[in-house]
This record gives sequence, structure tokens and C-alpha cells, in this order.
Amino acid sequence: MASDVATAGGSVGLPSRHPWVPVPFTVEQRSTETPDTVSFVLVPPPGHRRLSFRPGQFNMLYVFGVGEAAISISGDFEETDRLVHTVRLVGKISQALHAVGPGDVVGVRGPYGTGWPTEEAVGRDVVVVAGGLGIAPIRPLLYEFLHHRDRYGRIEIIYGARTPKDLVYYNEIQTWRSHTDLRFQTTVDTAGRDWYGDVGVVTTRIPDTRFEPDRTVAFLCGPEIMMKLTAEALRARGVADDRMWVSLERNMKCAIGICGHCQFGPEFVCRDGPVFRYGDIRRFFSVREL
Amino acid sequence: MSARTHPSSPLRVSDHPFLRGMDTAFLELLGENAHERTFETGTLLVREGDPADEFMLIFQGKVALEIMVPDHPRTTIQTVGPGEVLGWSWLTLPYRWRLDGRALKPTRVLEIGAAHLRSILDDHPAEGYQFLLRVLPVIAERLENTRLQLLDIHGI
Repeated sequence: MASDVATAGGSVGLPSRHPWVPVPFTVEQRSTETPDTVSFVLVPPPGHRRLSFRPGQFNMLYVFGVGEAAISISGDFEETDRLVHTVRLVGKISQALHAVGPGDVVGVRGPYGTGWPTEEAVGRDVVVVAGGLGIAPIRPLLYEFLHHRDRYGRIEIIYGARTPKDLVYYNEIQTWRSHTDLRFQTTVDTAGRDWYGDVGVVTTRIPDTRFEPDRTVAFLCGPEIMMKLTAEALRARGVADDRMWVSLERNMKCAIGICGHCQFGPEFVCRDGPVFRYGDIRRFFSVREL
Repeated sequence: MSARTHPSSPLRVSDHPFLRGMDTAFLELLGENAHERTFETGTLLVREGDPADEFMLIFQGKVALEIMVPDHPRTTIQTVGPGEVLGWSWLTLPYRWRLDGRALKPTRVLEIGAAHLRSILDDHPAEGYQFLLRVLPVIAERLENTRLQLLDIHGI
């Protein structure tokens, strides 16, 4: 039972004697993405099995003596000897994570949760919309599209942030924008004179996005109000609710569907999500208490 | 939303998505006082406080709508592009622009004289009502987007 629970993510994950026991990973590299966001490269202990995860899944990262938090995996799933996580400074644990550096040890449990259903997108046009740090769980999805570009139709990506300096993975974005076989749009809420890109919330980019509605799937990740309004805008263009997927975020403790902290209506975000088919949970977006 | 026009072909009122589908005779009236203009990168289309003498249909390019706050750098709060209209300050008193509009790239527009347009709307109430029904969703959408920007959703 314990081992079944430990590998509940459905992939060859980490050796675990017990689902609560984190595996000590070493920070190999730390990089600053924005003034309040950093990325880490974590390597497993010697002799560890190869790592695997699905785009969209998350790990519980444990800062020994402080606590742990659910953090989306933001790296390339084809790199099986390391994990990449991107963390925004929002609370006690993320503050502690921001303070670690190369050589420090971080506990890792996971991977957990459902991933982006890329098999649903094979042969179809794809629209991806990310807001703020929502680009982090989206990035492995983009790697899937880049690694296997011929499997998919037209790919349109929209990424929005508060200001230009809040755009995460800025240098990599320039590389993505240079691809001629996909379209990557960025927009910000406000900007200064040195920004020549678009300004406005991500939904302002939807009218300019090109796709065939009846053969399009959409993957959305960001603030819930952003995902809700984006889904509405896509629905107005003819994309069905059951072909849109969203990634939710809730405070998590156990990550294995026991404690209930991450409950969203009848669903547990850690076990039944974080990726949900929008049509299945759309009604809960209107429930204020959730 | 895109305005169907070749970079070098003359701009026509009837080609702009904002007006597409309106009564032909009404569009011809609008076109009688329409003038094409091109604004080079960095130039102002409109300046805050200046008389809002023109209704602008954007066909090509991109315009940054900027707010000037004393003692602060200029801030762009929205960009508008092909298929969109610049604003509606020409429609409401005191008929003065409330923002700066700066071309972020070479921008082609059709300008229609505001006084002429208001007169046409007064003289043709049915078409004028249809015109306002197209203006209102633009205002509503920009208001909703502004609310989202005010919420600072990426900071939540």
C-alpha cells in the first residue's frame, strides 16, 4: 500500500520507504528568473534510478527544519538525471527555498498529480495560455511540443505577466519566439517606454490567435480568474469545454489525497489534479467559497 | 480581429472590422471625410488633453496607450492594433483625448473627422444606434480588462 501510494503519480519516481519520507537531492544550480522568482536544478543522490515525470506534475520540496511546499516541475522530462523547479517568493517555505544555493540539500517527494494530457492534442491545433508563474508547469509541455513537433497541428502560445521584468524564462522566450513552426505571444499588464510588445491581459490576445476551433485543444495555467476568462474567450471562439485543461493550485500538505487541505469541491487537487478537464470543474469556478 | 488590407492598397472604411457589415450608404457617408495617415515609429497619434478631432480606425501597426503621471515614468496601459479603434474621447464631452497614443511600429489609420461623424450620427439615428452598439462592447471590454489589471492578478 505504501509503495502504491508513493508511486501514485503513475511514473517511475523516487525510491521511497514511506510516502512521507523525502529523498535528499542536492542543489546543483540556482538561477534568478525575476526579482522574486528563482529556478533550481536538483540532482538525486548517487545510485538513484533515472527520474521521470509527466509535464504538469509536481513534487513536494522539503527545506529541512522549515517545511515543505508543492512546486511544479518546470524542466525537461527528457533530462532523466535532474529536476528543475521554479519558485516564487510568497511565504515562509519559498523564502527558505530562495535562500538555498549550490551544494545545499533539499528533500523531494513525488512526482504527484495528473499531467497535461498531451495525447489529446495529437493531430490537433493547440492553444496554450499561461499567466505569471503559470509558465512554470507549462514549460515541460512546451518541451514536449518542441521535441515532437510533427505530432501536432498549429501551436499558439500566449504568456502574460505583470510587467516585462516579471516575464519568467525571458531568454528562453526569445528562443521560443524565434521558432517558425509555432507562435509565441507575450503581453504584460503595464510597461514603460522600453517595451515594444503588447500590453493588456492575456485575453486581449485571443482574437489575434489563429486555430480551427473544432480541432483545437487548450492548456491553461495561471491565476484562476485568468483561466476562467480565457476559457470563456476560447469558448466564444468555438472551443468546447471538454477540450480545455486547466492546472489548479491549492495549499497542499500530504500530496497523496489523505489530508483534504487541497480539496476543490469533490476533487483533491493533489490526486485528481492539478490538471483538470475544464468541462469537469467549470461549475466550481463560480462557487465563491471554493 | 484583422483588417484585410494589403500594405500598399488604399484603406477603405468598409474594410475595417469595426464597421464591416454596416449599411453601405452610411459607410459611404463616413468615407467622404476619411483620410489615410501613416505614423512612424515613436510618433504620437494623439496627445492627452488635445482636442479629440478624429475617430481613428487602425489598419496596420501598433499603438501604445500611455498615461503620464507627474514625477513618474510614462506607463503603457494598453496596446491596440489592426482591426481596432483608437478610442472614444471624440464621442463624449469635452472631446479631449484622455491618453497619449504612440506608434510602436509604422501605423496606418483612417481618420474620420469627429464633428462630421457626430453630425452624421445625429442625422441618421438608426445607423447611429448601430454604431453605438459597436462602440459599447469595445468600452465594456476595455473596462473589464482594466479591472483585471487593477486586480494585479499576477501578484495574487
